[in-house]
Amino acid sequence: MRTIFAITLMNFRSIGNRLGTSLVIVVGIACVVAVLIGMLSMSKGFERTLKGTGSDSRVLLLSAGVLAELSSGIGPDVLPLVRTLPGIRRDAEGRPLVSAEVMVITELKRGTGRQQASVNVALRGVEPAGLAMRPEVKLVEGRWFQSGLREVVAGRQATQQFEGIGVGQTLHFRGSTWTVVGIFDSDGDAHESELWTDVDTARSAFGRAGASSVLAQLESPDRLGALKDAVTSDPRFRLDVQSERAYFTAQSQNFTRQIGILTTVVAAIMAFGALFGALNTMYSAVATRRVEIATLRAIGFSGLPVVVSVLAEAIALAVTGGVIGAAISYALFNGMTVSTLGQNFTQIAFSFAVTPDLVTRGLAWSVIIGLFGGLFPAVRAARLPIVVALRAA
Amino acid sequence: MRYASLVWAMLWRSRARTVLTLLSLVTAFLLLGLIQAANSLFSANTINLSAPILITQARVSFTSPLPMRFLPQLEAVPGVESVSHSQFFGGIYQDPKNFFPQFAVNPERWIRTFPECVLPPEQEQAWRNTRTGAIAGPQLAQRFGWKVGDRIPLVSQIWAQKDGSRAWTFDLVGIFGDKVKDSCPRVNNMYIRYDYFDEARQFGHGAAGIYVLRIRDPNQAEAIAQQVDAMFENSPDETKTQTEKDFTLNFVRQLGNIKLILYSILGAVFFAILMLTGNTMSQAVQDRIPELAVLKTIGFTDGRVLALVLSESLFLCVLGGLAGMLLSMAVMAVLAKLPLNFPPMNANLDVWLFAAASMVLLSLLVGVWPAVRAWRLSIVDALAGR
Repeated sequence: MRTIFAITLMNFRSIGNRLGTSLVIVVGIACVVAVLIGMLSMSKGFERTLKGTGSDSRVLLLSAGVLAELSSGIGPDVLPLVRTLPGIRRDAEGRPLVSAEVMVITELKRGTGRQQASVNVALRGVEPAGLAMRPEVKLVEGRWFQSGLREVVAGRQATQQFEGIGVGQTLHFRGSTWTVVGIFDSDGDAHESELWTDVDTARSAFGRAGASSVLAQLESPDRLGALKDAVTSDPRFRLDVQSERAYFTAQSQNFTRQIGILTTVVAAIMAFGALFGALNTMYSAVATRRVEIATLRAIGFSGLPVVVSVLAEAIALAVTGGVIGAAISYALFNGMTVSTLGQNFTQIAFSFAVTPDLVTRGLAWSVIIGLFGGLFPAVRAARLPIVVALRAA
Repeated sequence: MRYASLVWAMLWRSRARTVLTLLSLVTAFLLLGLIQAANSLFSANTINLSAPILITQARVSFTSPLPMRFLPQLEAVPGVESVSHSQFFGGIYQDPKNFFPQFAVNPERWIRTFPECVLPPEQEQAWRNTRTGAIAGPQLAQRFGWKVGDRIPLVSQIWAQKDGSRAWTFDLVGIFGDKVKDSCPRVNNMYIRYDYFDEARQFGHGAAGIYVLRIRDPNQAEAIAQQVDAMFENSPDETKTQTEKDFTLNFVRQLGNIKLILYSILGAVFFAILMLTGNTMSQAVQDRIPELAVLKTIGFTDGRVLALVLSESLFLCVLGGLAGMLLSMAVMAVLAKLPLNFPPMNANLDVWLFAAASMVLLSLLVGVWPAVRAWRLSIVDALAGR
């Protein structure tokens, strides 16, 4: 054991003499890991935003069979019935905490210059109960909209991502002028990328009756089953009932899966490139150490310490590369906020999240590349015919 | 060329190193080819939408349908040849993963507005005669193995029938194709009849969706777009009119800055391969200093030795790059055959030019320093092993 350690250490001390070649492993793997973590941190951030939206204590009702709120429509005849469903909490005055909400799409501008795009932004009409039952939604600037006036309150992310929606600015759509009167914060969830207004204002401006969805506060999360049963047993309802959190969690699956596949393919191809680079480096490292290795073997050392020293070098260089790659992706991407189209066909802003488990994954990739990159050269080093190697010196 | 065999021999002096470097180059250019091909899918130069077509949508959002009463007003605009209306149907075929777009249109208007896409006359007649008839693009039909006469069940995410059911069934009566090669960019779409759809749907009667305007003179596009939008200004149904190309490009931009992501990956790949190939080239020269000195001794000029090393670098990069590009074409050919919901990628001229430029740039960047070193080599020092 001690000989293995001593020889490995001796080998590490000589890395400095082969710095240029050793850098090939480090840089190659740093690039693989940076791309891997960078791309995954994008889907992680998206997933985090959506999974952080909604609550288990609220229930979302949508038309049966739809995948997203945008395609859902609940008729005005059904809405009064929804308010009488069991399991819904009531406020101090005994009114059920139910918000029938209208979601429509408006176009805003994102970015400037050649990259400027007209992007779909959700405009949500909410009832007063909709604000009351979402404690995470807090007004941070200005005031709330007034019913009957063409006023909107913008989510904090929306004001940062899209042009022209600061407090006091006006928007022009559906033939009238709307004023942004406030900004709300909802802990960075998906609603922060939306514009909110009064539900009746939204209905009249967009010629909608009924609602896109109904949000209700449960007496407790375990009352979901009772409410679900009441809806499925009544043929007047054609609605899907699910916890609000479950709905938003499901919304991130597509994106996460697609980015995951894409990232794995790209990173795997890059990993092969880095592996060939690592092999190159390690073969040449073994070649440089030929005399040294042959001498060790000649004075009686077994092949094992030689194998270990080569493998250890490869893995150490690979992990160095992995750490650098992780640091680069953290420095470049962590916390960077962008927005993309969600399932609802509207923009959702999210921040890249370089999490410890992504870093672990990146380092695992680097160890594997290092292991394979060191293995064959190590075996060759151990098998080096001693006499030939010494004679070459 | 006289020295090609010499360069070749130099390249293979250390076989393992050259093979491994070539393999790295192959993977790098495989990625470069794939990424650039994906990139060109989103680029303005390659989107195949050259027909003089404008899209008029509701200014608030293209998801808000425009009323049907705009039709005669739009037809009356000078310079407009034909007007078609199009409502997104949002149907799912068997599984949400099978996404493809369907639109409810008026068959006569569709045929007039998209003359680049042609239906065989008997299929055209069948579509006019069958209210539940639908037509599909050739790629779409191929993807699901559809034949004329098949019944296509779709569950609409948006539209319910009068009885509240979202399940619709259409009869495939035609498969349209290109008038000339690649002239019809709508090969992944399905079209159903608006009259049947409008009568059967539960709500939204009389709404047209978006309008598609075919204009006579492409140079008039901007003027006509402005004229159209001015007609409906300050009404609840304000419009936004733009070319089909801009409409499509904006669609892609909504996803985010895809180009930036792709170029970042390319940047990382290029940097890594630069280090790797650079190391190989500098080692190659390092190992061969005495040989280069011998070349100079027997009369090779400094410049010629420099050229030899540069050629070796170029050989290496082009060999690996070419193999990588060919591999990426093979991968794309396989991908195109798989039932993926992804437009077919191909390495067009732009991609090849980009790859060629990358090979040359790479070979210069990695070759110059070792070549200069070889050029400066003094025979006496080199042969003395100093």
